[in-house]
Order: sequence, then C-alpha cells, then structure tokens
Amino acid sequence: MVGQKFLAQLAESDQAAAFEVTTFCEEPRPAYDRVYLSAYFSGKTAEDLSLVPPGFFESNNINLRLNDKAVNIDRAAKKVITANGESLPYDKLVLATGSYPFVPPIPGKDRPECLVYRTIEDLEAIKATAAKSRVGVVVGGGLLGLEAAKALKDLGLETHVVEFAPRLMAVQVDEGGGKLLRSMIEEMGVKVHTGKNTQKIEDGTNTTLKMCFADGSELETDLILFSAGIRPRDELAKIAGIAMGERGGITVNNFCQTSDPDIFAIGECALWNGRIFGLVAPGYQMAQVAVDAITGKLESEFKGADMSTKLKLMGVDVASIGDAHGTTKGAQSYSFVDEVNKVYKKIVVSNDNKYLLGAVLVGEAENYGTLLQMMLNNIELPEFPDMLILPQRDGAAAPAMGVDKLPDSAQICSCNNVTKGQLCCSVQSGVTELGALKAATKAGTSCGGCTALVGQVMNAELAKLGIEVKKDLCEHFPYSRQELYHIVRVNGIRSFEELVAKFGKGKGCDICKPTTASILASCWNDYILKTEHAGLQDTNDYFLANMQKDGTYSVVPRVPGGEITPDGLIAIGAVAKKFDLYTKITGGQRIDLFGAQVHELPLIWKELIDAGFESGHAYGKSLRTVKSCVGSTWCRYGMLDSVGMAIVLEKRYRGLRSPHKLKMAVSGCTRECAEAQSKDVGVIATEKGWNLYLCGNGGMKPRHADLFASDLDDATLIQYIDRFMMFYVKTADRLQRTSVWMDNLEGGLKYLKDVIINDSLGIGAELEAQMQHLVDTYQCEWKSTVEDAEKLKRFRHFVNSDEKDSNVVFVKERGQIRPATQEEKRIQLVAV
Amino acid sequence: MNAKVELQWVTVCSASDLLPNLGVCARVGNKQVAIFKIAEQGKTSLYAIDNHDPFSDANVLSRGIVGDLKGRNVVASPIYKHHFDLATGECLEDDVKIPVYQVRENGGQVELFLG
Repeated sequence: MVGQKFLAQLAESDQAAAFEVTTFCEEPRPAYDRVYLSAYFSGKTAEDLSLVPPGFFESNNINLRLNDKAVNIDRAAKKVITANGESLPYDKLVLATGSYPFVPPIPGKDRPECLVYRTIEDLEAIKATAAKSRVGVVVGGGLLGLEAAKALKDLGLETHVVEFAPRLMAVQVDEGGGKLLRSMIEEMGVKVHTGKNTQKIEDGTNTTLKMCFADGSELETDLILFSAGIRPRDELAKIAGIAMGERGGITVNNFCQTSDPDIFAIGECALWNGRIFGLVAPGYQMAQVAVDAITGKLESEFKGADMSTKLKLMGVDVASIGDAHGTTKGAQSYSFVDEVNKVYKKIVVSNDNKYLLGAVLVGEAENYGTLLQMMLNNIELPEFPDMLILPQRDGAAAPAMGVDKLPDSAQICSCNNVTKGQLCCSVQSGVTELGALKAATKAGTSCGGCTALVGQVMNAELAKLGIEVKKDLCEHFPYSRQELYHIVRVNGIRSFEELVAKFGKGKGCDICKPTTASILASCWNDYILKTEHAGLQDTNDYFLANMQKDGTYSVVPRVPGGEITPDGLIAIGAVAKKFDLYTKITGGQRIDLFGAQVHELPLIWKELIDAGFESGHAYGKSLRTVKSCVGSTWCRYGMLDSVGMAIVLEKRYRGLRSPHKLKMAVSGCTRECAEAQSKDVGVIATEKGWNLYLCGNGGMKPRHADLFASDLDDATLIQYIDRFMMFYVKTADRLQRTSVWMDNLEGGLKYLKDVIINDSLGIGAELEAQMQHLVDTYQCEWKSTVEDAEKLKRFRHFVNSDEKDSNVVFVKERGQIRPATQEEKRIQLVAV
Repeated sequence: MNAKVELQWVTVCSASDLLPNLGVCARVGNKQVAIFKIAEQGKTSLYAIDNHDPFSDANVLSRGIVGDLKGRNVVASPIYKHHFDLATGECLEDDVKIPVYQVRENGGQVELFLG
C-alpha cells in the first residue's frame, strides 16, 4: 500500500519524467487495500480491493515485476539482485517491504491448520480450512485479532480469542475499556480468553487441534489464526548491511533515508526514532516525504505521526487517542463507565488539568473528533474536563467552544455536511459576505439552523485574515448593537431621529428601528408607545400583541410563576368567551388567547386589567415567563418555595427589553420539574440554598444551562441575576441568545463568573443600579395604553371605517375558532 | 357593502390621522390601501400601496415598519418581512409587484385617486 502510494505520488510529481521506475512485487497481484481485507470474506474480489487504477503502470512507464522478489542489494555497484539471479541498476532505491505477521515460536505452529491473516492468499487458505472446521481460535486480542475473529465468526465457526495480555487491545485500551470491550464481544458470541500463554499445539480429541496453555488449561479447535502483532520485513536491508534497530526495522531519518543515502525505507519496515508506525496514514506520509526527498524538495520531513485510531470492531466503536494509558509524567485521568448502556470513556489530562493528553472510548466514540482536535491542537480544556465524557452533568451541557476553538473538521452544517475548514477555505478564497458564503458552500441553505454559526465562523476567519469584520447593524448604522447601546447611554440619546442624525444615515429600516427601540427601552424605560417611538416598533410591540399568520393577534396576560387564582382563570375564560377567542395553555404556564382583531385589543385588555391582569410581554424581545414547579409549599420533595421565588423574579424583570426573548424557571428541588436548565436563567433549590444556572435555551438549538453558582441566599441570587441580565442587555448582539453571547465572550463561562461573581470589571454596582432603575420605572404598557384616548385611536383596522377586515375569516374546529384556509374562504365567499 | 369606486380623488381621512413614519389602512370600496407619511428632508411625503401582503395573504402592510434601503423608501411586511418599494410596489426580495396608488394632501384631507 505504502509502496503504491509512493509510485502514485512520484507519478504526480513535476519531475516524474526524470525517473525510470521498476517495482517488485512478490505477490501475484499489485497493491490492494489491506485495511479492508476482511471485506474479501463478504464478497469483495481482489479487483475490488485493488489500489491501482487501471493502466497506471503502463501510462506512467513503470516496470512492474509481479511474482518477483529482490533478494539482495549490491550497494557498491548500486544494483538489486532478483530471485532468479538478474541484477538491475539503480540510482535511488526505496524499500517498502512492509511487515509480516508474527507467529510465536510455539511447538506445533507449523501445522497446516495454523494460519495468518495478512494477504489475499492467507484469506483463501482461511476460507478453505474453515470449510472443514467447527471451531476457530484467533491468537491475539489486538486490533487485527478482533478483526480476524469477526471473519471467523462470519465464516460460521465457534470463535475464540486467546490473548497473552490480561485484556483485549492492550496497546490502545486501558483496563476499564478492555473489560467493557470484552463483555460486548462476548455478548456477540465470541469467547475471550485473556492471560493465556500458549505452550504447544497438539492433536485434539474431538477436534483437529488442541492448544495447551501455561496455566494447564486446554482449548480444542480446528483452526488457529495467529494475529499476534507484526514484524518489519527488513531481511533485505539486513543482508545489505544497512543500519537496523535492535529489535528490527530499517533505521531512517526525517527524510526516510537509511544509513545508505541512496536507499530509502517507508511504511511498516521503517524504524523512525525507534518507532514502527503500524498504521496506513503515517506510511502514506512517509511515501510523500520520500518522493520529495528524491525529487529534491528537502523542506518536507517526516516528524512522527499521531497514532490515534477510531474503528468499529465487531460493531463496537473503539477509539484510542494519544497517551491512552496516562504514561506522561503527572498525567491524571477522568473516567466514566456505564455498564448498562455499555459505554466506557476515559480522558487523560496534563498535570495542571489544562490540556488533553489522551483518551479511550469504547462503545461510543462520537466525540472522537473533538477530543482528537483538542489533543492535537493543545486546546485548553474546559473548567470541568469530565464534561467531555459525561453524558450530562447536573445541569451543564457539553462544554461549548468559541468558534475559533472548533477544529476545522467540525461539522457546522449537518444538512449539507459542511465543515468549518470548508467555510474557512471559502472565506480565504475571497468570499466575505454571509449570503455569498452560503451560496458557495451550501452551508445553512437547507434548514438554516446553522446560519448564525456560519456567520461566526466567517467573522472569525475574516478577523484572522486581517480583513475588517463588518459588524454594521444595517446600512444605516456602521455600528454593532453593543456599540449603539453605548452611544445611546453615553450621549443620553432619547430618540431614533437623534441617533440616526448624529450617528447614522438615511431613514432607518426594520432592523435598526426595533433595535433602537429596544436599546432606548433598556436604557431609559420610556413608555414604548410614546409617539416618537411608535414607528420604531415591530407590529407586535406597536399593538402590544402577537401577530399571527392571518393578521390577527394573540394576547397573553402575565401569570407570574404560573400561579393563578380560580377567579383569574374565570376572568380569562370570560374574556375569551365574550370575544370568541381560541385559547391554548402555553409552555410557559400561561394562557394564550388567539384571533383578536386590532379593534378588539383595547376592549380585551380593558377587561383583563379590570380583572387584575397585566401585559405578559409575549410580544416583546423581553422576559417572557418564570416557570415554576409547585415547590416546598405543597410538594413533599420540595426544598424551597419555588413558586414564591418565581413570582419575585417575574415581577422584578417583567417588561425588561433585551436583545432576544428571555425565559427563566425555578425548581424546588433537583427533580427539576420546572425544567430550569433549559432556560436563560434557571434556579434550582438545594438543601443549602439556590443553585443558579445560566445560558440555557430550548428552541432550534437546545442547550442546557451551565451551573454558575451554588447554594446562594435570596439576595445573592437576585444580585447575580441583576448583573447577568444587565451585562447581557448591554453587550449582546441583536437577536443573540444568552448561550451564543456567552460562548462568544472570550473566556466564556469562566469570564462571566469573573465579571459577575468576582466583579473583575468593577461594574457590578453600576449594573445593579441600572437594573434597579428599570425595576423602579416599570409600567404595564397595556394599562398606560387603555388609559390614553389618543393611543386608543390606532387600534382599528381602517382609518376611515369601523368595518373589520373582511379577509379575516374563522371556522370552528374542536369547539373553537381557527383561521380559515384559502379554500375555505373561497367556498364561504361563494356561499355568501 | 357595494360602494362604487369613484374615478376621481376620494377623501379618505384627515391629514392629522397620519403620524410621521407610520401607516394607516384606508378602505375605498372593496380595496384596502396602506397610506404612509414619510418624513424626509424637513418635509413629509405621502405614499399609498395595496394593503395586501401577497406572501402571507393577509391585509397587513399598513402595519409594517417603514424606512429606506439603498435609497428606496420601503415598508417591511410584518409577517415574513418582505420589503416593498413605496413608490413602485416592487418587492425587493422577489419578482412580485403590488399595486400603488396616487395620494395627496388637499386642504387638510388625505385623498386617494384609484383611477
């Protein structure tokens, strides 16, 4: 394989024509894929496995000598001697002789039923012997041994694996992983015998053979397959007097050059820095290095290779990364065993707990890519590295990395399989706008869920390339939302007109106007329907209700903490009945009333306000609900009064305008019935106080909140939330959720803790004061509106008529109204 | 309702019913017309387009946010946020054009000419 790679690379090199190439091959066919050798048993032919494109040797003028073997090298005369005595001259010689299966020197090992697993001919012999066998044994429980065991199993044999070491895959996997792997493989019907030292092979009683072990036990079998490791094919070099390693292998330098500068060695026969690389990828690297050396490109060097592997062995995912055994000085490890679902994961970290050194994954290797990238790129570990392997920590999600920490191989768009690397390449080739990037890579063009992430990758890459990242909110303002917030606050700006005149241009648009309205609201808390702000609002904010698909609105009164009196329920029901509204319980523990027309909104709200309700702000980018479970008041498990705390929080932060909608929840114990960990702010009662979780969300990209602080008293809890919310409102981008915002803060969760808990920026008091101002100046927008005759004027569909919009048509379904479909509208019109 | 559409200027509301950079919807016969008062360079101009958003099939354009994009005065539909040129009715994102109407202020009244 490596030899063929060398030939292919050389043929592709610009100096291919300068070489006259001869290649020896002792097998009857040119190179084939040994990695997928077992596929030969499942019906693949030798041709299917071939690595040589048709006509390769002919079109590249390569002299292929099949069934021919080089037996000696006359280095003085620079000639290769073949098996039949021929001698061929060379200028440069490349040894890519590979390896052979090691068969331990056990008496009886040469019996005809003792086989190895290396070539297509070996496989044919296995097939033939298996045909007259009932039982098969594989000697060697390593990677290849398990592969071979699968082959025997597939051939219908009762299969055993005999391993000298105390566990399977001893090189890649540690004790815990080996134990789990063993149980999984045994579940598939393969018997595993570890710690067995085979002494001799004799005639069997009921079978052809019998293996006798050092511990006195025996195993009867018809076939023995040796897969006890490989040894370099270095005999040619040995005969020619080329330098070798003590235990074999042809010594090479960084250019894959042997002690004879005109002779190179690559692949499994080569010994670099005292190591043999038994994987194909490093062999391919060596092939390229040798081609470069021979064609004079000496900047290319082989500097070792990562031996991390991930493979599926008999259907079991097994991965080994870096220092899997923790042999680095001071290394520490975290491990996780799930015997129920058959998962074993271990990570080995550096002495200071900062970097990943290695990992073992058995049963589930999904995060192999992430872990490998972290190890290879020395990415600093998250604060709790065990999160990398735990399925879930109490409240915390798998740690998110800022986009610049994502490896190039990270899949950003799962619909179209676009990686970060592909996006970066596209940006490097001159694509600098999101739309163009999506068109060029197809990322974000299917479900669109990754668009924000694509934008972040693009911006990070542009910044890396030194190209100025346009954070402009829109064509009217050359500023980000965060910058505009500061401009508004520092300059005391109170209107959009003033802002656009001093810091922007044009008349504004549906991006910058609502953004400005939100900033003005969170800075000054003015009544959002003041005449000068009215034109800035999205229709939802303008009519203080949520527009639905047919142009009607829905209305949600606030129900703090989800606690409501029977009279409250009756009042809402009465209003819904009177105005014939569709009612539905929301996920946030309140009641949504649908199908209200513009002119009905003030009438509906007049009645709701009279019944003691206030706006639920379901229409705003603002705090929605604080969900709660029933808590210690009623629940026998409750630790604290979660409903009471939810009401305090909801009343404190109601109406707060923010870059994105916000949700909170309070659970009374760790059973977490309020699902607080899926909220921007989640609070869970413990025996010792409140645990605070931040930056979770449901929706398109669900994310668990991170545990931020534990065992807080009421005052500290509110202090932290005040600081957190205000810091978010001041610094987040337009429509940026708290989770994305935090992931994009340099330093992430740790930084946020510093700012909020340790007050590292010295702004804690200021944030609290600003929040207190908002709390003190809160007003129910609906109350202000229904009290203002002038404002009420806008609540009609026609400026010149009291008619309703005739295009709004309802039909009944399950006892309630719903918008008519176009077809239904057509039929109704005809009927009328 | 069977009101005849007048082939002349029709008074729909008082000029004071319009607020700068906001829209209203006027009913003329069976038509719904969105009228906007746009403040530009110290004066105000009136625009009138159909109130029907072809993308959502809802009569909502008068409730959209107005502004300008690349020098064109536009309104953004509140449902799916398509932008329509107030002067020509052209959609900026799609090959769609909605009707536009002549509108003027005359003696403190807003008048439409539906032709």
